[in-house]
Amino acid sequence: MQYALLVYTRPGMDDGLSEAELQELTKEYYAIREVPGCLGGGHLQPVETATTVRVHDGQTLTTDGPFADTKEVFGGYYLFDADNLDQMLEVAARIPAARLGGSVEVRALVEEPS
Amino acid sequence: MLERVFREQWGRVLAFLVGFLGDFDLAEEAAQEAFAIAAERWERDGPPDNPGAWLLATARNSAIDRLRRARVLAEKTRQLEVKEAVEDEMDDIDATAIPDERLELLFTCCHPALATEAQVALTLYAVGGLRTEEIARSFLVSPETMKRRLTRAKTKIKLAGIPFSVPEEHLLPARLAAVLAVIYLIFNEGYGGRAELAADAIRLARVLATLMPDESEVYGLLALMLLHEARREARFDGEDLVVLADQDRSLWDLGQITQARELIDRALALRGRGPYALQAAIASLQVADPIDWPQIEELYLELVQLTGSPVVELNRAVAVAESRGPEAALAIVERLDPELDGYQYLHSTRAELLRRLGRNGEAREAYGRALGLAHGDAERRFLERRLAEL
Repeated sequence: MQYALLVYTRPGMDDGLSEAELQELTKEYYAIREVPGCLGGGHLQPVETATTVRVHDGQTLTTDGPFADTKEVFGGYYLFDADNLDQMLEVAARIPAARLGGSVEVRALVEEPS
Repeated sequence: MLERVFREQWGRVLAFLVGFLGDFDLAEEAAQEAFAIAAERWERDGPPDNPGAWLLATARNSAIDRLRRARVLAEKTRQLEVKEAVEDEMDDIDATAIPDERLELLFTCCHPALATEAQVALTLYAVGGLRTEEIARSFLVSPETMKRRLTRAKTKIKLAGIPFSVPEEHLLPARLAAVLAVIYLIFNEGYGGRAELAADAIRLARVLATLMPDESEVYGLLALMLLHEARREARFDGEDLVVLADQDRSLWDLGQITQARELIDRALALRGRGPYALQAAIASLQVADPIDWPQIEELYLELVQLTGSPVVELNRAVAVAESRGPEAALAIVERLDPELDGYQYLHSTRAELLRRLGRNGEAREAYGRALGLAHGDAERRFLERRLAEL
């Protein structure tokens, strides 16, 4: 089965961390990609740099943001191939955001018709 | 008789089918079919010598049929070939060789990725063999709500990939604790009055004990439940609660108490000093005569250190009152007051201790606080009686 691990971070989570600590965190995030079964992942630029698109009656509406006024923001993801949910729950618990006030959502992907 | 056999065999049959077919819904359909065939056949010809083996064999045939039909749909042209191959295989079915996968099923049903109420309902349904309507009645929800709850849980198991397996070694302690918690939750639902649920919880724990004979906490939980259950008849006088000290001991089920003590010995032989084994040991001492309060106090202390629970500390205070007097106990209770202020039993315990110290005014006030927090008529009447006695 394929799984997405969706990483949500808490705005300001990294505030007050030293350069060395930040580097250590980055290393941890990259280490997850080395876990067997990892198909890839991505770290998103801050949510403030996002652009949101909606189409109403054929008109494209583009807005700046959203801005980080919510408790948790989507910050990145990993894609995995795994036997079952248990394996993913263990990996998810190792992702730094999970212990730093953020969370990791584990979702299986819908199987593509072969 | 049918009803009882079905309830006892359902978990075994369903577990095998989930393992065999790898799909909860398909397994359920095949199991229902096997039980329907049994109902019809046994009605006509009488039950077989070994109903369990008969049901397993029939369920397996029904599952193979299903697989075949699915395959037939997928590749119609090879229909005959497949059919023959499968029928050959069916000739040498030995039902006793069919693996018992109830443990796998239990761990699936009690997976932490499911909400607790879903774990409870699913365990009763899948392993316990209760019907949806029975579970709904026990939890005071409509059958439709319970059906939705079960369906949602089964869908999640399938789509989220919750495994049908016994967890790996490093996950086992936490996951076994979850299974035990679900069984104890079922028991406590039953202990509050719905007796059949308590019996179901004990039945589930017995199954678990045969499947995991080296786990001391399983024996601990089973012993604990048996000790509570043994006193069921004595806990009420009509509609009124009777505290342990005032219970009519001739109403206790001595068989259950003896069984529980054997289980505690087994847990201790496995060096089990987990929370359930300790609670069982305490409950066992509480039904002895005379009661060894210093020993109970010691076990509660061990339990406090293990769980860090203020409620357990409150229980220790009750033991301290007996072994060292109400003054020492009151000191513990006062220390707990801020943390357990909203807890009825803190105030009723405090009231009881104050009464014994002759501080009736304060005792009255504390009983009042407890009354304000009490659930259920029996509890309320009990507190009112105590208050009136002052």
